[in-house]
Amino acid sequence: MRVPILKQSQYVIASIQSALSDEDLLQLRDDLAQTVGRYRSRGVIVDVTVLDVMDSFAVRTLRAIAHMIRLRGAETVIVGIQPEVAFAMVQLGLTLEDVTTALDLEEGLAHLERQTAAGAAHVK
Amino acid sequence: MSSNRAPRRDEPGVVGEPAIAISSSGDIVIARQRGRSLAAGLGFSGSDLTLIATAISELARNIIEYATTGEVILGQAGKNGRPGIVIVARDEGPGIGDVAKALSAGYSTGQGLGLGLPGVRRLMDEFEIDSEPGHGTTVTVRKWLR
Amino acid sequence: MSTELRARASEVGSPGADATAALLRELVAHLRKNRTQLREEWARRITESKLLTAMTREEIFAEATSVYDNYVEVLETGSVEALQAYARNLSERIIPRGVETHEVLGIVLLLRDVLARSLFKKYQADFGLLNSVLDAYEPAANRIANTVAVGFVQERERIIRQQQEAIRELSTPVLQVRDRLLILPIIGVIDPQRARQLTEQLLRGIRSNRAKVVVVDITGVPSVDATVANHLVQTVDASRLMGANVIVTGLSSEIAQTLVTIGVDLSKINAVGDLQGGIEEAERLLGYTVTTPEPKPSEKQS
Repeated sequence: MRVPILKQSQYVIASIQSALSDEDLLQLRDDLAQTVGRYRSRGVIVDVTVLDVMDSFAVRTLRAIAHMIRLRGAETVIVGIQPEVAFAMVQLGLTLEDVTTALDLEEGLAHLERQTAAGAAHVK
Repeated sequence: MSSNRAPRRDEPGVVGEPAIAISSSGDIVIARQRGRSLAAGLGFSGSDLTLIATAISELARNIIEYATTGEVILGQAGKNGRPGIVIVARDEGPGIGDVAKALSAGYSTGQGLGLGLPGVRRLMDEFEIDSEPGHGTTVTVRKWLR
Repeated sequence: MSTELRARASEVGSPGADATAALLRELVAHLRKNRTQLREEWARRITESKLLTAMTREEIFAEATSVYDNYVEVLETGSVEALQAYARNLSERIIPRGVETHEVLGIVLLLRDVLARSLFKKYQADFGLLNSVLDAYEPAANRIANTVAVGFVQERERIIRQQQEAIRELSTPVLQVRDRLLILPIIGVIDPQRARQLTEQLLRGIRSNRAKVVVVDITGVPSVDATVANHLVQTVDASRLMGANVIVTGLSSEIAQTLVTIGVDLSKINAVGDLQGGIEEAERLLGYTVTTPEPKPSEKQS
């Protein structure tokens, strides 16, 4: 089940629609790498609102995605982690460490806007 | 709480469903979705459903990562009139040499043997593991309705 | 006393299943025949032992009648299902009246004694037969006592769990005081169940209020040990996953020092002395919309 990826101005939004198998997650990683490269996007949002479980593989892969996107000069924001999922992740000791998270799509985009503006202001 | 007692199929209080074969990552999703619906049928709350599904996911994932194939058995359990769910994750893989180390608790990953077992134990109410090098591993966990 | 019974019972060894069944039948008949006086005897002993003080004499007698009849019925049929159902029903009715476990167990044991005494009296002339009768009676009587007591205790535990959950729900309010800002004042002891419920309520609150900052005040928590501290860290981590910052207030520097000394990692906790200070810090965080300051138009250089 391929995750649809949408372009929104200089950002890219991957909106997960249903439970993902390991292969689907790895496919997402590859698709995002391609898309960010093609459009030279400044930021990526991965929306996990629909996911009812985030296990160790999902967390590892999301971190790998963020890392890979950072290498391409863009930032990743994971949005939509649900209360029960956040709780389970913490119980399991899974962290997204250095990956930015936000409540939802709106907050995620707002964060990317701020980062981009700050970045532009510092390029002097 | 953990012990090295091997759970038997004929254990009282376990109403079994057919075992779910685990050999590919798609099976992990199947196992946790079945677990979720069984638990929902028993009356578990939304957040407990997520804890249970996550525990199943991790246990199934361990099977694939360390033993390639195995099975997950879901069942209904009862204790003092309280219903609950029991999950058995069984494989014929290499087994765990140092069970104590695998269970060494910590709140950060990177401790233990990376199997996520302390985490699974935190998610559930009861946890038992039976593992011996060369003889496979069986993990049994239970969660009771609040 | 039937000759046949005596003959069977005096066979070598304990009576077979048939003989036991026959003995039980005779026993049940005896208990039914003497129902009135045995029930009165029992009610008298209940009052003497000062049990069921929460109930009136009429109520005691009414319940005594039901229990007696159920008791005899179980002896007769051997089936405990009906008794379990009755025990649950009885418990539901008397627990709100303040009847306690030792009272319920006490009255069932008294009934067992009253019935046993009457069996002694009836079969006293034939020691062998008396023994056989008791062999049949005792396991059945003990199973009954067990069923009633366990049923009562389970019902009590169920009610207690329900009440605890309700209390926890009430005592951990998540307050929205400002746009995107939640405050969670915690008062009282935090046990693992309460900590879990607290975290779940907070996380749901973050979602429904779209909170960006949460102030968790633990001034009212009497003892902050490693377990409590770890729950806090978990709450901070989980809130962060939902994009919210957590400020902890009411964590004195002495306590923080102690926790760090015993190995608790508090580095992720943003602690501010008191609630007021915490709210100010929260507003500051909300006022700044970026982590690096926004350049003002006049400062922009081309």
